[in-house]
Amino acid sequence: MFPSLRAASYVLVHAPDMVIHNGSTQVVERIVNPESDYLKKLPDHLRSFEEVVAYAPNQVYIGNLRPEALRDVEEPWFKHSVESASEDGPMGRIFEERLLIGLIKICDAFDLVLLEEAFVEEIQPELDTLHLPEKFAKLKPGVELSRVMAEIEERHAEPLQAGGKIVGCVKRAHDIDPNLDSHVIMENLVVKATGVLAGLELLKKSDIDPLSIPYIIECSEEAAGDMNQRGGGNFAKAIAEIIGADNATGSDTRGFCAAPMHAIVNAAALVQAGVYDNVLVLAGGATAKLGMNGKDHVKKDLPVLEDVLGAFAVLITQNDGVHPIIRTDIVGRHTVGTGSSPQAVMTSLISGPVDQAGLKISDVDIYSVEMQNPDITKPAGAGDVPNANYKMIAALAVMRKEIERGQINDFVEQHGLPGWAPTQGHIPSGVPYVGHALQSFKDGEIERAMIVGKGSLFLARMTNLFDGVSVILEKNPGVAEEAGVSKDEIRKMLSEALRDFAASLGE
Amino acid sequence: MDLENQRRVKEITDEYGADNVVVIIGGGEAEAAGLAAETVTAGDPTYAGPLAGVPLGLRVYHAVEPQFKDEVDSEIYDEQIGMMEMVLDVDAIQEEMRSIREQYSNYKD
Repeated sequence: MFPSLRAASYVLVHAPDMVIHNGSTQVVERIVNPESDYLKKLPDHLRSFEEVVAYAPNQVYIGNLRPEALRDVEEPWFKHSVESASEDGPMGRIFEERLLIGLIKICDAFDLVLLEEAFVEEIQPELDTLHLPEKFAKLKPGVELSRVMAEIEERHAEPLQAGGKIVGCVKRAHDIDPNLDSHVIMENLVVKATGVLAGLELLKKSDIDPLSIPYIIECSEEAAGDMNQRGGGNFAKAIAEIIGADNATGSDTRGFCAAPMHAIVNAAALVQAGVYDNVLVLAGGATAKLGMNGKDHVKKDLPVLEDVLGAFAVLITQNDGVHPIIRTDIVGRHTVGTGSSPQAVMTSLISGPVDQAGLKISDVDIYSVEMQNPDITKPAGAGDVPNANYKMIAALAVMRKEIERGQINDFVEQHGLPGWAPTQGHIPSGVPYVGHALQSFKDGEIERAMIVGKGSLFLARMTNLFDGVSVILEKNPGVAEEAGVSKDEIRKMLSEALRDFAASLGE
Repeated sequence: MDLENQRRVKEITDEYGADNVVVIIGGGEAEAAGLAAETVTAGDPTYAGPLAGVPLGLRVYHAVEPQFKDEVDSEIYDEQIGMMEMVLDVDAIQEEMRSIREQYSNYKD
């Protein structure tokens, strides 16, 4: 039986200081042009936590608003705050940078993070609200600020700042190995800590016992390792430990922005094959991508909208007869032979599974593609990414003579959604809709949805190929998996019973 | 334009000479396509890459412009680009490309 998609959670962390100090656009600018106007103006373009919470796309991300509601908000969305906004939502939560810094220390297994003593005192009550397992619940006592400053000034430690003030640092883990320098360790600890937040939110909001999870797949875009094995891993198990999944092991899956979909397919296969009863797929956020398009935003006098780290978690379980099923028999794949033109990519990912299922393109109620927030991408000259994807799907339907050319815009309206996800690489790629899809299946609004992940592999310079994976979610037909008894076994038992009955009639 | 692509354009131009290089842009938006075209003609407007302050003045066209489209097999064009042509704002892209060529390209052919 096909596995069920049981639960999803979404977390954002507002990280304005990390925009300035850790976003790669800003890091490069400080090297190339340290006195630039951009770096001087940047702090004036950062938003407050309240503004970030009241930002409509962020409210959609954590489930307080449905994606369709964005159609009623006038663009640009940052000018129109949501009045009833809350940092807590049915699908997740928006956290402050200071809490993340505290959690980074909790996630630091090698004493690489130093926090200043007053900050430790201040942040502990906030960390208590996370209800971490007892052994990870309390911060060790902090150190004097002078020690933090000495590490930063004399030993290349990366500063940790909250509200523009240094409250700690991340030390390098090796004197020579660039894979263990303070910048990389900081990036990786942020992936781990934000992954922990997404995991905790899923456990809490869906009432899941962490001990019931046997396997975790982490699918962000960073690499944990050292000079002998740069991407050795393993974020998944590191996160499992902190969220109290003591019965779990796990591994990392990579594939640029397509990784979450690869991970979901892998998880579904492991569950369907009976290797594990359930698999938790999760990913932390990317500090490098904070303020990635900041130069364009500042130049156009807009707020720097890439000011949040994104994270998510999705739980795949054996078919429970209730939650939507993942059609593992009709997975769409971009193969080596597919070619890299957008047309070839869309044909393989959209037509592939649709044809295999004997469906029409319009039989899929909602497509979730790269759900980047257009408020962010339009001023950077990258246009409205989801809208362009939906138009391509509609154009595919035109070429297959399923709809007329004049119906493209109607198709986009009916089968698409406005984008709301932060441009954190793997975060926007298909997966932000999963939580909303769960709600729409529950409410009987949709019967079928397709989640599409695409990845730009050429960035690693190993191949010029593109990549993509797509899966169809379907309304659960309502038959739960009986533990230990397969359909064939039931058939066999029935036929045996009938044979016995027939034999008894003959007696 | 990506710093690595800037480096490749510069290397190819150094090796073969500007007369022998044509750049075909595939960007989906007029503004982004225009920025890439500007980079290979006037130089990198962001002053971040190898083409900062290097006005190559190359011939540059977008894949949805007739100068490129008319040169290639129409069946292959339809197969590879037909769908995108249906979706993109072709007029805006053509206008932006024409404007960049007029301002910065050394070749007015």
